[in-house]
Amino acid sequence: MARNVSIVLQDTADALPIIEAIKSDNPDAEVQNMPSLVRIEAPGKLVIKRDSVSERIGRDWDVQEIQLSMVTLSGNIDEDDDQFVISWQ
Amino acid sequence: MAANGKAKRLGMKQRYQMLTRHLDWETSYQPMDKVFPYDKFEGIKIKDWDGWEDPFRLTMDTYWKFQAEKERKLYAVIDSFAQNNGQLGLTDARYMNAAKLFLQGVTPLEYAAHRHFAHIGRHLRGGGARVAAQMQSIDELRHAQTQVHTLSHYNRYFDGFHDFHHMHDRVWYLSVPKSFFDDAVTAGPFEFITSISFSFEYVLTNLLFVPFMSGAAYNGDLATVTFGFSAQSDESRHMTLGLEVVKFLLEQHEDNVPIVQGWLDKWFWRGYRLLGLVAMLQDYMLPKKVMSWKEAWEVYYEEQGSALFEDLSRYGLRPPLHQEDAIKEKDRISHEVWGTFYNYTHAAAFHTWDVDDEHLDWLSEKYPDTFDKYYRPRYMMWREMAEQGKRFYNNALPQLCNVCQIPMVFTEPDDPGVICFRRSEYNGDTYHTCSAGCKHIFDNEPEKYVQSWLPVHQIYQGNCGGASVEDVLKWYHMNLGADNMDYHGSPEEKMWSEWMAGRHAEQVEYPPVKAAE
Repeated sequence: MARNVSIVLQDTADALPIIEAIKSDNPDAEVQNMPSLVRIEAPGKLVIKRDSVSERIGRDWDVQEIQLSMVTLSGNIDEDDDQFVISWQ
Repeated sequence: MAANGKAKRLGMKQRYQMLTRHLDWETSYQPMDKVFPYDKFEGIKIKDWDGWEDPFRLTMDTYWKFQAEKERKLYAVIDSFAQNNGQLGLTDARYMNAAKLFLQGVTPLEYAAHRHFAHIGRHLRGGGARVAAQMQSIDELRHAQTQVHTLSHYNRYFDGFHDFHHMHDRVWYLSVPKSFFDDAVTAGPFEFITSISFSFEYVLTNLLFVPFMSGAAYNGDLATVTFGFSAQSDESRHMTLGLEVVKFLLEQHEDNVPIVQGWLDKWFWRGYRLLGLVAMLQDYMLPKKVMSWKEAWEVYYEEQGSALFEDLSRYGLRPPLHQEDAIKEKDRISHEVWGTFYNYTHAAAFHTWDVDDEHLDWLSEKYPDTFDKYYRPRYMMWREMAEQGKRFYNNALPQLCNVCQIPMVFTEPDDPGVICFRRSEYNGDTYHTCSAGCKHIFDNEPEKYVQSWLPVHQIYQGNCGGASVEDVLKWYHMNLGADNMDYHGSPEEKMWSEWMAGRHAEQVEYPPVKAAE
């Protein structure tokens, strides 16, 4: 079984569309709500796509904007203009 | 130039290349070894600094943009919190003691991190690494400043906040975080970055920030939540840097593997011991609880850590030594630390209290194997003594561990009934440590740890303001009778009760803001 990766985001209006995008792009993801935080965990890999977030907020979303909402993560990161990927190889 | 006459926008990866390592050059007037004199003596071998890749690919221009946005958000909240008397929304004034411990123990470490990342941001040979360290240096300064600024609001009303930096340098229990960081900044640049960015920030810092900030949110401390998350958004960048550093060092040369493993063994244990304070904070100092230390440890260390070390095993790295002892202690450490502070409440710049029955039951539920057997009876005895007017204070100065500087209060990994201590000899003298983990660290670098500034030794040598407890506490700049002792009977309790009674009154006179020190 693949080891879990995770990301924790703030529970804020800015993070909500990111969380929604993650849920729809990563069907295996499990979402856990904690006071002021949302923790998302998935086996092996989590992908956050620029297009999916942009679609939800009605403007172009810069992948680096995730820095404003992120609390912590577990896994290796690979980021480019179109997506932000957390994975264990 | 693109066809429409506009400059073509570079992709993130290209932009990162251009604005980090392409700004770097080989020096020719002076040999590189003279320009970067510190990055070889630890024995780390780097074949190709270009192998360093910051996965966030953050460049200075975007860095300023995002940091400015974070500051705008944070200061909107800080102002609003102060203007609206946010302190009245706390669940209970006892919660404030967690914030005091944070300001006294953690904020000065942020400042120390700022200074040392500036140092390695100058002294690492690779351009990518230097840029990342410089950003982190600025981040850490921002954390120190925003924490001081945010918590300064509480300093208007509550005790124990007024001289945190002075206290950090002198007070016995604050020598635990201070000596931890002093140990890191007196190491070489690669050990420093492995200790702080990887062992502390990647492996352990989630245990500090995530449950604590969630706890702050649960307890109405909007201000702390906001600076905490603002800092933590930088922290996820630092953690990633830490993981990249370790992978980079391991990939560069096989000779680096045993060196990095040694640092990991050392700094896992150093960091874990430091987190004993956080374990107490989480289990005892939050009036409304989020999760127990044990639960947080299981999620953020045992689960996430095992995934991490499995990933790193392909480089020949194994999980840190003594991790098994830390796992065995998860049912005990918070209780052993709280008990110590209860004993020494007269000498601490925050309050302790008799743990109420509802809280005791929560602890029994969270710690079914140990709490009722070992700790509840102890608390019941202390309660009984207090009710008889004989509240227990420990007036003897405790023996300290020569490495982590925590009093010898922890128990044997396999026997919670026996105090654990270990002994080493160096140059004909005997030194004591609190655990196999700390002894291992001492024995590897005795020449470093024989120099430890141990508060108890210093008091006995007459270096801490005088011979009486009162002299020493005044030398710490403690306001006696306000900062220290139990919450019950404190000026803070009186103030809080008046505030709460005032909630139902039609006209209230709040206590005046304290005069500036």
